[in-house]
Amino acid sequence: MSSKPIAEDKDQPASFTWTPQSEKQIAVILAKYPEGRQSSAVLPLLDLAQRQHDNWIPLAAIDAIAARLDMARIRVLEVATFYTMYNLAPVGKWFLQACTTTPCWLRGSDQMMRCIKDKLGLDNHGRTADGQFSLLEVECLGACVNAPILQVNDDFYEDMDYETTATLIDALKRGEPPVVGSMKGRQTSQSIAGPTSLESLKKSDGVPAWFAGQKAAAAGGDD
Amino acid sequence: MLKDDDRIFTNVYGWFDWGLDGARKRGDWSNTKALLAQTPEELVEAVKASGLRGRGGAGFPTGLKWSFMPKEVKEKPHYLVVNADESEPGTCKDRDILRHEPHKLIEGCLIGGYSMRAKAAYIYIRGEFYNEAQNLQAAIDQAYDAGLIGKNACGSGYDFDVFLHRGAGAYICGEETALLESLEGKKGQPRLKPPFPAGVGLYGCPTTVNNVESIAVVPTILRRGPEWFAALGRPKNSGTKLFCISGHVNNPCNVEEELGIPLRELIDKHAGGVIGGWDNLLGVIPGGSSVPVLPKSICDDVLMDFDSLREVRSGLGTAAVIVMNQSTDIVKAIARLSAFYKHESCGQCTPCREGTGWMWRVMERMVRGEADVDEIDVLEEVSRQIEGHTICALGDAAAWPVQGLIRHFRPEMERRIAAYKAGKPVMPTAQAAE
Repeated sequence: MSSKPIAEDKDQPASFTWTPQSEKQIAVILAKYPEGRQSSAVLPLLDLAQRQHDNWIPLAAIDAIAARLDMARIRVLEVATFYTMYNLAPVGKWFLQACTTTPCWLRGSDQMMRCIKDKLGLDNHGRTADGQFSLLEVECLGACVNAPILQVNDDFYEDMDYETTATLIDALKRGEPPVVGSMKGRQTSQSIAGPTSLESLKKSDGVPAWFAGQKAAAAGGDD
Repeated sequence: MLKDDDRIFTNVYGWFDWGLDGARKRGDWSNTKALLAQTPEELVEAVKASGLRGRGGAGFPTGLKWSFMPKEVKEKPHYLVVNADESEPGTCKDRDILRHEPHKLIEGCLIGGYSMRAKAAYIYIRGEFYNEAQNLQAAIDQAYDAGLIGKNACGSGYDFDVFLHRGAGAYICGEETALLESLEGKKGQPRLKPPFPAGVGLYGCPTTVNNVESIAVVPTILRRGPEWFAALGRPKNSGTKLFCISGHVNNPCNVEEELGIPLRELIDKHAGGVIGGWDNLLGVIPGGSSVPVLPKSICDDVLMDFDSLREVRSGLGTAAVIVMNQSTDIVKAIARLSAFYKHESCGQCTPCREGTGWMWRVMERMVRGEADVDEIDVLEEVSRQIEGHTICALGDAAAWPVQGLIRHFRPEMERRIAAYKAGKPVMPTAQAAE
């Protein structure tokens, strides 16, 4: 189990109001769940509140969600503290989430962490004084063949080492985040030395021969 | 090696259009209406005949699982829930389906949902997969706009909805009943079974939870025929599988291969071999962090399928192959997994809540050798007290890596203890990818 900090009273806003844009999204979210099951929307609404409020959820938003979904305040708060992605205290403009679980560690996540420490002086849970960066060590992000992974806000940066981490941080400081994905220029999850499968289908846009054959036989008989 | 024409996920690397036009060109949605003209029983029988076993880790036969759903819809609707909460360390295969082949999954939801008389599918995707969720939602919208799902899906007369639900960072939500709790808006704490989800699942209704890959392969299996799929792989371990090869290999990658491929061939052909050569191999975790590590002697000739790996007291799990060469501090590698399970325990059952933290603390001492040799036995014994004594399998998953370490690498643990006692402790090494 893990614990997370909750912002001090002096940092908590007195109230929280949904923006008109959020209200539209709430309607879309609530329509997904059957009548009387609106508490299913608690995860999406916490996410929405976080996106609306500088990437962290104030307690006033917990109250707003509880009221909207007709849930007890504690039920919303226990969900907000259980799941790691909800920030209950301010984070940096660039929220770094570094994976250090075994597959990333085997590929050198220690060097990525060392670079973050060297360049930004950050330890786990730290935030720079200017509020630009904060760091959270996280568990497996599910992109292990592209390890190590450094998540910046919503985006995964992959194939990190000391140098690419430095490049990434410098680019973020300039406000110019690089193209999302591999920092070593490889395409998604294929081998960096070039693909070992599927090359014969490149010419046909990935259409396999069995389907091309079925299609010819049906001669346009599809629905 | 598997022929390209027998690969299901021809856009696994995202070379081509993942949207509806590209997907249709590659065969998705081509004769869905004709497939839905069969009865649910016929479709379940076809999936059974294909020999498809669940791709999420446990390897339970998918068709059989579907057949547990009630044969008639009574007052409560049926649901299909797709587990896209991919979080098992080493595993990143569903990510490629979600972002590059979303229509295979959506079409699979419709066919699987129809086979179980479900009115809707909820796809529960891990929250960190934000960009993947954007692709999937766009694909769902395309499918609605084209009349492929929703009212009278594909002109079949069957109404079926597909909803995307994002998680928020909790490994435990990959456990099917924790996932259902989370989907209902609660903490992800697993439910006692029975009742099983097929009887009492989402909102108390009959529900089946399937992994992304299990659902996404179904349309192609039905198009090419169950016998095609059953002929691939090995008996009772049929078909193709997405493998994720990570760790100390020259070229980590995802690749679709036939089940039963030798581990060594998989690593050498697709991942460019072990860094430093095959003889530099120390061990492999063959199926995601929860399965026990295998030493090189077993890796030399083991086959990658459910039953072959079970015979060597490990498992295929999610087919996430984590390779470790001789440069690895193996005790630290497993200790890091103990930290993972401690972090991810939901805290509901005492053996897991207390045991995962206890094992992690002891493992941290084992890394330094700051222990007595007897404590290795105590560690083993405590892991047995956790395994099988919890509501869900997270306790087992936390125990197995430690048990695998003791089984195959006990001499290394003893060497560290001796070195520490002699005043020359082994320094834990930082890990570099070379």
